This record gives sequence, structure tokens and C-alpha cells, in this order.
Amino acid sequence: MTLYFRRRLINSLSLTLSLAAMAFGLFWLLWILYTLFSNGLPGLGTVLFTQTTPAPGSAGGLANAIVGSLAMSAVGVAIGTPIGILAGTYLAEFGERGWLAPATRFINDILLSAPSIVIGLFIYDVYVAQVGHFSGWAGALALSLLVIPVVVRTTENMLRLVPNSMREAAYALGAPQWKMVLQVSLRAAKAGVVTGILLAVARIVGETAPLLFTALNNQFFSNMNEPMANLPVVIFQYAMSPYEDWHTLAWAGALLIGLFVLSLNIIARVLVRPAKSH
Amino acid sequence: MTPQELRLKRQALQDMVFRGSTRFFAFLVLALLAAIILSLIHGAWPSIQAFGIGFITGSDWNPVTEQFGGWNSIRGTLLSSFIALLIGIPVSFGIAIFLTELSPAWLRRPLGIAIELLAGVPSIIFGMWGLFIFAPWFADNVQPWLTEHTAGIPMIGWLFQGPPMGIGMFTAGLILSVMIIPYIASVMRDVFEVVPPMLKESAYGLGCTTWEVVWNVVLPYTRHGVIGGVMLGLGRALGETMAVTFVIGNSHKAIESLFDPGTSIAATLANEFTEATGTLHTASLINLGLLLFLITFVVLVLSKLLLLKLQRGEGAHS
Repeated sequence: MTLYFRRRLINSLSLTLSLAAMAFGLFWLLWILYTLFSNGLPGLGTVLFTQTTPAPGSAGGLANAIVGSLAMSAVGVAIGTPIGILAGTYLAEFGERGWLAPATRFINDILLSAPSIVIGLFIYDVYVAQVGHFSGWAGALALSLLVIPVVVRTTENMLRLVPNSMREAAYALGAPQWKMVLQVSLRAAKAGVVTGILLAVARIVGETAPLLFTALNNQFFSNMNEPMANLPVVIFQYAMSPYEDWHTLAWAGALLIGLFVLSLNIIARVLVRPAKSH
Repeated sequence: MTPQELRLKRQALQDMVFRGSTRFFAFLVLALLAAIILSLIHGAWPSIQAFGIGFITGSDWNPVTEQFGGWNSIRGTLLSSFIALLIGIPVSFGIAIFLTELSPAWLRRPLGIAIELLAGVPSIIFGMWGLFIFAPWFADNVQPWLTEHTAGIPMIGWLFQGPPMGIGMFTAGLILSVMIIPYIASVMRDVFEVVPPMLKESAYGLGCTTWEVVWNVVLPYTRHGVIGGVMLGLGRALGETMAVTFVIGNSHKAIESLFDPGTSIAATLANEFTEATGTLHTASLINLGLLLFLITFVVLVLSKLLLLKLQRGEGAHS
């Protein structure tokens, strides 16, 4: 076997394997999506949105879980977004000097990938254990801690794309710093910042682990001060149960979350497209 | 003072307040990490006092006799993540090569998005799919075959013995690998793209094949970034909760083969925390959480440092 032939062989072998790896990755995505739709569609219906979670054997829907998830996610985003935007603004606009900006950037990237179940434990320790009961507020707090790093990261990245000449133009007109940041930098980076918020929402609506110890679950509608039903935990409990009709509901709920998260991801990508060339 | 001066003074004050508030929130993010570690230590304190360092090595987990050792959970976390890396690294490498070198330009973006969508699938959906669809299929079609064909082989034969239940350590590792592939692959793709075209084209000009360019030019140039991406994936795998809880089997026994059910730190927490009775049980669970956080913290810091090193190297070369 000549050297030339061997090199060609190794090359085509490894490139074939690389093609196979790509197929392997797509295969799982398609299999999971197919499973999700084929199992989830039969359970979809108006009942899902009008009735509360049932006892085993009786009919019901996921209305209280859907409302709970929406409420906690909304509060979580409402707490996390302003904090995230302001911190991200500091990193991009005022963080050139000193130790605070590099340290925060570093720690923020670590929080971004920190295990979400640990965030749940943290809120349990500082809030649930002190108040003495599980509650929707605790769940929302845990979710807000997951929102913050995502928003900080995208806000900073998007502000950095704003050309400096725009900032200088604003200063040259005599604008004070706060006005420049709010009305020039952040306004120019608006699409990117909104994308960050959408990605944060996509991340938290499917999160189960941090809600297990904070919001817990509830069979009925509840206010934020009581244990609160939410889609991921309901899906977890129903899927682990031995009842067939609970499984159907769990699949329907999973399909709802899956569709929501995937469409948010796609919307976010469409929004950010003009800013990125590749 | 003229009105002009007054106005300038007011603006300076407003600026100071604005800068101060953004700085405060940046500091808040920093303080959050310290708060998490401190509160976990506080919550785990009874368990730390009772078991000390022996908590890590003890393999007795018995809520009735209040004897707790975390080794089975810790080993489960490490072992399932290790399996995930073993499968995930080569596949991600292949995907990254495909996306940067092989794929036609018009396919790059859609395929990249597809892989990123895989990262966006909520972990609970991975868990349900793993439990209801993948595990039965795996038990019927793959496990008996693996058991039969590896039985006589020394060293690895024992890995694949045991009843084909579908759920277990190996299934958990496999599903974790599917979950981390998108993370590792997209970091690898991004760092492969920063390789200067000049370097690659010189190699091609010398007559290298695509594989030789990737292996001898692209990979050495980006090795810090590649390792950083792998560590990032490892950090995800270590802390993953729901997908693992569904399929790992939740057994505190020692495992004899990879097909045996086991448990991981996150799975133990998800299963037992709300039902824990007694302060020592709760504290021991928080102690596990603390260990998990410390392990992922170290992994993520290493990953960050390696990725930063690549960025600096990039500056030096250009």
C-alpha cells in the first residue's frame, strides 16, 4: 500500500465518520421531536387549558399548572431582567478599569452553567426554610436567579457591538452619561437585549430542578404565597406515576413546553440575525 | 452660580447615581456566588459536623439509622458524566469538522441551528423520552447483544453484564452525552472558525488532506478552546438533574456493572429532598448539593481559564 493511498484512505474514512457524527446528532433531535409530537398530540385539547390537574382516573387538564408556570416565569423575568440589564450595562459601558468588571464577567459565566438544582437548594435555604413553607414566590425567585446570568451576558455582548462613534456623537451634543447609555447605547442594542430576555424565558419555562424545592406543586389554583402548581413539576410527577391517563397529560404538557421553547429559540435567532454575519 | 453651572452639576450627580447603580448590580451578581456557597455551607453544617470528611467516602445512605455517606451518589455523578464525555467528545468533534470543513455553505446555518435546538430541548423532555421510549428500546435491542458479545472479553466484559432493564448508569450516561453534544460541538465549531485561513491554506498548499489539516493544524491551534468546550459540556453533565433522575434507576446500592441502576447527586436530591425527615437527612442532602456545586465550580473555572487562554493566544498570533 502506497503512502499516498493510505493518506487518502484515512482522509475519506475520517470524513465519513464526521458525516456519521452529524447524522447521529440530527438523529436524536428528530427522534425526540417525533416522540414528543406523536405522544403529545392526542392529549392536546381545550380541556387542557380549562380544567385543573385531576386525580388519577378522572378527566382533567393542566390549567392551574399552565397559569402557575406563566405567573412564576413572569415574576422571575420581571425581577431578573432589570438586574441583568443594569449589571450588563456596567460591564460593557463602565467596566474598563478596576477589578469588578472582569471578576463579575468571570463569575457570571460560571453562574450561567451552574447546576440549576443548586439554585433551588440556595433559595430553599435562604427563603423557604426561613418562611417555613413552599411558595410561588420562592419559585419565581429561583427562576430569576437563572434569568440574571443570561441577560447579563447578552446585554454586554450586544452593547459591545454598538459603534463607539455613536456614543461620541451623543457626548458631543452634550448628553450626560446616563442619557447616552439609556437613549443611545441601549436603544441601539434593543433587538439583542430582547433576544437575551427571550432566551432566558426559553431557559426557565422548562426548568424543573429549581422548582422542586421552592414552588413544589399544588393540585389546585393557588396564589403566589402557597405551594404552586407548574408544568415541569406536574410533568415530572405524572410521568413517574403508574397511571396511563396521567402519562397522556404529561406528554401533552411536555409538548406544550417543547413547542414554546423551540419557537422562542427560533424567534430569538431571527431577531438577532442582522447583527451577525455568519 | 449660573443656571448653566447648576444644570451641569445636576447632570454630574445623575451620572454618578446611574453609574453607581449599575456598579451595584454588577457587584450583586458577584455577591450571589458567595451567597450560594455560604448558604449551602450553612444548610449542610449539621451533616458536616456529624460526618466530616468521611461523608465523601462513606457509602452508607440510611435515613432510618441516620447514617449518611455520599460516595454512591458522587460516584454516580462522576461515572455518568465520564460515559457522557466518552461518547460525546468524538461525536462533537465529528460534527464540528463537518460544520466547518465539509458542509456546503448553504447547509451550515440550518444544521448549526438544528444542533443548537437540541441544546434548547428542556431536560425534562429528554427524561420522559429516555424513560418511555429509549430505555425499553435499549433493553430489547441493544443490551442483550452487548451482554452476549462482550461476555468473554477480559477487562471490559464485566461492564456490560446484568439484567437488561433499560434504565441504569449506562443509559443515563448515553442520554447525558446527547444533551452535551450540542454544547461541545458549538464551542468546537466556534473555535475552529477562528483559525486563520492562511494557516489552513498553507497546509493545503503543501498537499495535506482535509483530515491532516484538521488534525495537525486546526486542532493544535485551538486545543485550549477545545478542552474548554469539553469542560463546559462536563459542567453541564455533572449538574444535569431531570434527565438523569428519570433513567438512572435511583438505587443507593453499589453497582457491579454499567447496566445496574445507580444514583447521582442531582437525582438523589430530586428524589429525596422534599420527603427528607429530620435535620440530619436534609443537611446531608444539602451537603451533597454543596459538593456538586464545588465540583462543577472547579470544572467551569478550568474551562473558562482555558477558553481565555485561547483568546489571548489568538491576539498574539495575529
